[in-house]
Amino acid sequence: MSKFKKKDGGGTPAVSTASLPDIVFMLLFFFMVVTKLRDSTLKVVTNTPSATELTKLDNKSLVNFIFIGKPTIQNQALYGTKARIQLGDKISETTDIPLFLETFKTTLQESQHPSIISSLKIDGEVTMGIVQDVKTALRKAAQLKVNYSAKKKSE
Amino acid sequence: MGKGKNRGVSEINAGSMADIAFLLLIFFLVTTTIQEDKGLLVKLPPWSDEPPPDMKLNARNVLSVLVNANNELLVRGEPVDIEALRVKTKEFISNPRKESDKADSPTQAIVSLKIDRGTNYKTYLIVYNELQAAYRELWNEASLKKFSKEYELIGGEAQKAIRAEIPLVLSEAEPTSFGEEK
Repeated sequence: MSKFKKKDGGGTPAVSTASLPDIVFMLLFFFMVVTKLRDSTLKVVTNTPSATELTKLDNKSLVNFIFIGKPTIQNQALYGTKARIQLGDKISETTDIPLFLETFKTTLQESQHPSIISSLKIDGEVTMGIVQDVKTALRKAAQLKVNYSAKKKSE
Repeated sequence: MGKGKNRGVSEINAGSMADIAFLLLIFFLVTTTIQEDKGLLVKLPPWSDEPPPDMKLNARNVLSVLVNANNELLVRGEPVDIEALRVKTKEFISNPRKESDKADSPTQAIVSLKIDRGTNYKTYLIVYNELQAAYRELWNEASLKKFSKEYELIGGEAQKAIRAEIPLVLSEAEPTSFGEEK
């Protein structure tokens, strides 16, 4: 009888945690691939309106971003409460737009310049005066391809 | 060098690997965005210092859309709801009943948009969206008639042909400044 040892009473085997890092790494790689580093913290509030006629911006590297809106609460002390323009990551004026566009162009090859699109992310409550000034500045700088950022309207 | 005991390779503690991975994950969650990248694609007219030449346009070929600082629309002098804009624009361009106050032909139809500096951007975008949607629906109808396929499904050449028949001519005038800018 001593040849047969009684099997261990009963405890459920502990869950192996060896695969936990694998799962976490998979999630990590997913995020690394799907998202892109936010290269600018939004200093202005941009609640884009919804629309139906949306086109997807295919080549993100050809897009520069211009944000227009009221400064966020933390920035209101510094920048006031009226709508401001944010080029990249700095709050700027319409006069800074040509320089901003030129700097962006230097990151791309000559042949890609005509395909550059400026994406305007504008808060719905902003009035058109400042938007019109930005558009005029873009036209003067020959940046005619413009994309009004919007959310998809669920019809 | 003393002869040490034959030390086996110590196992890496897997527990801290999970911690490192979690830390990296949280870092990426916090610093990245799934940036929204959709919007209305618009081609601005080139800038010229001289005022545009005053073209002799037949009033029947121009659909004037005015938006004031109260975000109200006036189409050809009549107040209009935003929901009705798309249908009105389509009627104006295609002129199915050949009315004398609508466009001669789609190639001559011009939509003129004039806003105020005090108009909300949201209203402007919705108006622009409705006008673009009107054209897109017309292109779709033309594509179904000609090629029995939706506009998105026909090739680039065919799309160009349809756009040549029904060109999107949207002229934006300098905005008025009656409203208050926020």
